[in-house]
Amino acid sequence: MATEIAFSDSAAKSARVRPAPGAGQEFETEKMSLSMGPSHPSTHGVLRLQMELDGEILTKCDPVIGYLHRGDEKIAENMTYNQFVPYTDRLDYIAPLANNMAYAIAVEKLAKLEVPARCQAIRVLTAELARVSSHLLGLGAFGIDVGAWTVFMYAFEEREKLYKLFEELTGARFTTSYSRIGGLQRDVPEGWTGRVGAFCDQFLPILEETLALLTRNKIFMDRTVGVGVISPADAIAYGLTGPNLRGSGVGLDLRKDKPYSGYEQYRFDVPVGTKGDCYDRYLVRGEEMRQSIRIIRQVLANFPGGDWYAKDARKIFAPPKDKILTSMEELIQNFMIVTEGPQLPAGEVYFEAENPKGALGFYIVSKGGGVPWRLKIRAPSFANLSILPKVCVGCLVSDVVAILGSFDFVMGECDR
Amino acid sequence: MSAIAATEPFLERAPQLLRDAATGFLPEPWRWLVNSLIAIGVILAVFGTLFAFLTLAERKILGRVQNRPGPNRTPLPFIKIKFFGLAQPFADGVKSLTKEDIVPRDADQVLHFLAPVVLLAFSIITFAVIPFGRHLVPVELDAGVLYFFAAGAATELAVFMAGWASHNKYSLLAAMRALAQLISYELPLLLAWVPVVLVAGSLSTTEIVTAQAGWKFGFLPHWYVFTPWGFAGFVIFIVAALAESNRSPFDLPEAESELIAGHLTEYSGFKYALFFMAEYFGMIALSGMAITLFLGGWRAPLPFLEWIPSYAWFGAKLIVLLLGFIWIRATFPRLRMDQLTRFAWKFLVPLALINLGNAAFWSLTSHWTGALQLIRWAVSLVLIVGPFVLMGRKLSAGVAPRVYRYAPS
Repeated sequence: MATEIAFSDSAAKSARVRPAPGAGQEFETEKMSLSMGPSHPSTHGVLRLQMELDGEILTKCDPVIGYLHRGDEKIAENMTYNQFVPYTDRLDYIAPLANNMAYAIAVEKLAKLEVPARCQAIRVLTAELARVSSHLLGLGAFGIDVGAWTVFMYAFEEREKLYKLFEELTGARFTTSYSRIGGLQRDVPEGWTGRVGAFCDQFLPILEETLALLTRNKIFMDRTVGVGVISPADAIAYGLTGPNLRGSGVGLDLRKDKPYSGYEQYRFDVPVGTKGDCYDRYLVRGEEMRQSIRIIRQVLANFPGGDWYAKDARKIFAPPKDKILTSMEELIQNFMIVTEGPQLPAGEVYFEAENPKGALGFYIVSKGGGVPWRLKIRAPSFANLSILPKVCVGCLVSDVVAILGSFDFVMGECDR
Repeated sequence: MSAIAATEPFLERAPQLLRDAATGFLPEPWRWLVNSLIAIGVILAVFGTLFAFLTLAERKILGRVQNRPGPNRTPLPFIKIKFFGLAQPFADGVKSLTKEDIVPRDADQVLHFLAPVVLLAFSIITFAVIPFGRHLVPVELDAGVLYFFAAGAATELAVFMAGWASHNKYSLLAAMRALAQLISYELPLLLAWVPVVLVAGSLSTTEIVTAQAGWKFGFLPHWYVFTPWGFAGFVIFIVAALAESNRSPFDLPEAESELIAGHLTEYSGFKYALFFMAEYFGMIALSGMAITLFLGGWRAPLPFLEWIPSYAWFGAKLIVLLLGFIWIRATFPRLRMDQLTRFAWKFLVPLALINLGNAAFWSLTSHWTGALQLIRWAVSLVLIVGPFVLMGRKLSAGVAPRVYRYAPS
């Protein structure tokens, strides 16, 4: 961060001048430019805000992104469809399970694969667990941003339990790579669903307790009510999705509107806000966690049996190991899948899933063969952050922090 | 210091006896000087230790509130026994002493150095007038309370010095916040204790404690906190004290999620530790003053407990207040600057002014007895609860409970 106080001349001219009390003459005020981030406690990663301040009031706010750019979309063009799955972990790294699922479904749409009911149910289960995990982090980070540390600690204790479940399921706490094209990495372990149910049972009271620290807290309401208001029209115009859109009162939820992976079987409600301020976004996230638990319980109540991978996915899955070692046919197939990738038909598909942060879309252009010709990722955090310059102007520095907290973005996904 | 009657319990007299044993052989003019030095040394030692363990207590209690252990990995020196992280303060001290002291190139070198020193100095000299026990007043000043708050107000100036000298924009914003906070909260702080002076009729801390002597109905202590105006004054005082000592939820000058570390951003090593020390000393001093003004100073809460030495009672009350401060920190989010100042000017200051009138009424009606006494209590209660409710409603206007609704499906 630059340590000198830089005053720009053009900014000084356009600065709001305040008349001196009692005197007729006017003071010329100057604005201060402040660069918040990319290394700042409340920018949640490497977002940088180039702000122009009049006292503590923002007159301009430019988000500067790209500090975490890794060229994921270009990387995808240079590897097979299967190899890209671990890269999806690193998009929204708070909810990798949901990203894996969205990518897998997009490629399956291209390959015209149908996955069995058990696979769909497990995917819904993991996606909803990921949603709870992501919203917990959003809630905790929001708490820290407005100064409530205890909420963060409570939320993280629950996330830790979720990570234990993820580890048991996938072998990894963080980068899960669980949903694969045409199926899953593996079936759920013995007794795992029971432990998920037990987690849900103990989680709801703790969630209520945690939310009770904030929901009717006078200071928290002062900090969030009426701050960062986004009108429904603006929210739609700027392409907001997820809880940020629903906080503004637009009831768009892809799980309801374009059901995928069997979401149409489950009964759940979509909470929407009334004012579109930070408080509404907070309320919506809180309720979405309860609804996610509701979905998880329904999945667990009638957990389908049968296969957990598509039977016609032979062109994508590597054959069983013992067959590779003994049979020429399987050996060749394995060689082809590893070197050239699963041969998928030419075509264009777009699929977006309702991820915790919003609609995560994969647009795949295939010219046949084992690698995508172009893979475009529609990252919800990128679109959500685009409204920052509009929302932040006129706010105080403290408000900016509250707004960032309420947006619950993740830079891994925004910068890709 | 007044002569001590030999009839008092031994423990009550112990500090004086010890001191006299140490300095009794000196000639009279010298004795005064050495006694003062001893008093300074004892205050620094006692409250320095309290500061050290208060930081540990704060971290342990925050940990307990937040479902985590807190510091527990520091072994006691030379032995490998870990005991509730009790050695943590020593480890922190050694660490801050040995860390490099970084001064930014463009910083105002003199001010950057002076700020922590001034802050700590002004925090410590406020201890001079607090009566820690029946005979334990370092300096008997006739205008002790005035002195205390004059010295206390200078601490925010040091925060401004630190913010300005660092030549860092975050520090500068913190400095501006600190000044706004000082101006806003100094007023309710002062107005909160003026009623006490009005009723007690003295600015001397010793006199104020004396005025709170005695028992109502044989068990209720005659502390000012047990009167309607005194209770209101106490609450206003504590709220303003939280703001004055930059404690959560009023820790705006060092709001870590907004201003990195505020005025502390460019400080490291021992200077950083000095800031922390000063913050805790300020908190201890303000708690001590709250005890003196409203909680009967060193007096026992119940008549049959008077055999416990006065300084123990003072310490107990101090620790209770400090734990309250820590508890508040664990629970509340942080206010915004405009809300902070609005809360001070539109709520605390008017309430404190009304409370002053309330105390005047209380003082004027001190001769009322019997049924009149009930009327006195009722009027006084109405005088404080009424404005509290009315202004509180005004303050909460526009913040109605709100819930989400479900999107039609």
